[in-house]
Amino acid sequence: MVDQSAVGRAFTPVTARVEPGRLRFFLDTLGERNPLYREPDAARSAGYAAAPVPPTYLFCLEMMDAPDPFEFLTALDIDLARVLHGEQRFDYHAAVVIGDTLTFKSRVESVTDKKGGAMTLIVVVTEITNQDGVHVADTSRTVVVRNVVPS
Amino acid sequence: MSTNSPSLGERVVHKEFPPITRHRLALYCGASGDHNPIHVDIDFARAAGFPDVFSHGMLVMGYLGQALTDAVAPSRIRSFSTRFAAITQLGARLTCEGTVTELIEQGGEKRAKLALTAKDQNGEVKLAGEAIIAL
Repeated sequence: MVDQSAVGRAFTPVTARVEPGRLRFFLDTLGERNPLYREPDAARSAGYAAAPVPPTYLFCLEMMDAPDPFEFLTALDIDLARVLHGEQRFDYHAAVVIGDTLTFKSRVESVTDKKGGAMTLIVVVTEITNQDGVHVADTSRTVVVRNVVPS
Repeated sequence: MSTNSPSLGERVVHKEFPPITRHRLALYCGASGDHNPIHVDIDFARAAGFPDVFSHGMLVMGYLGQALTDAVAPSRIRSFSTRFAAITQLGARLTCEGTVTELIEQGGEKRAKLALTAKDQNGEVKLAGEAIIAL
């Protein structure tokens, strides 16, 4: 089981580029028709240098370009089959648009046992900066580890 | 959002989405970079103790985000958070909604706090969240 020794542990930074083709795949998958995300002119007239990304796409970019997207599970010896997503938070500080190159730096913020150890909640926080060093966003995800799997 | 001065209790976000299919989960697996097999491989899901595959929480949050930015320009969203309250099953027809719960001054600007939900066709809350938006 994951214990308090995991708190503060940092993982390999991930560098991800916001690519138009991959972003279009995401937009199509969600049936996203908002012209702001799809038409460069609409984005420019809204004041963006290029089309911005939808609000949850930062989470995807980190997984897509990580050499090992489940690194933190492996590092903490957690079985992928026992993991659920408990909570997710995004704090936005600056726009992220097509063409940006982002760096994701993640670390474990807390580890909490629940239900007498049947579950462990792990909070991983991520700081995201762009190619100019601008701090564009922070994210926080809570991963639920089912230590006891119902049979 | 039609106005920059929403009132407390006003429902400013509302959108309905088509049923979640296996095909959608496969597409989201590729499009999101989340290749966890529990959402697309029924053998893996069963071995993990689930009766079938089920939706990525982030697919539902993606729908909730879409409903949000239909109403609020992305540049005005300061934060967006959710709790994944229940597993979203295949076939779920989601309705995403957001209601103004607070009007605040924060970081030198007028902001509103929205309570957000994604519910299935039975009214079960799948995601319960919050957004802070600049007015």
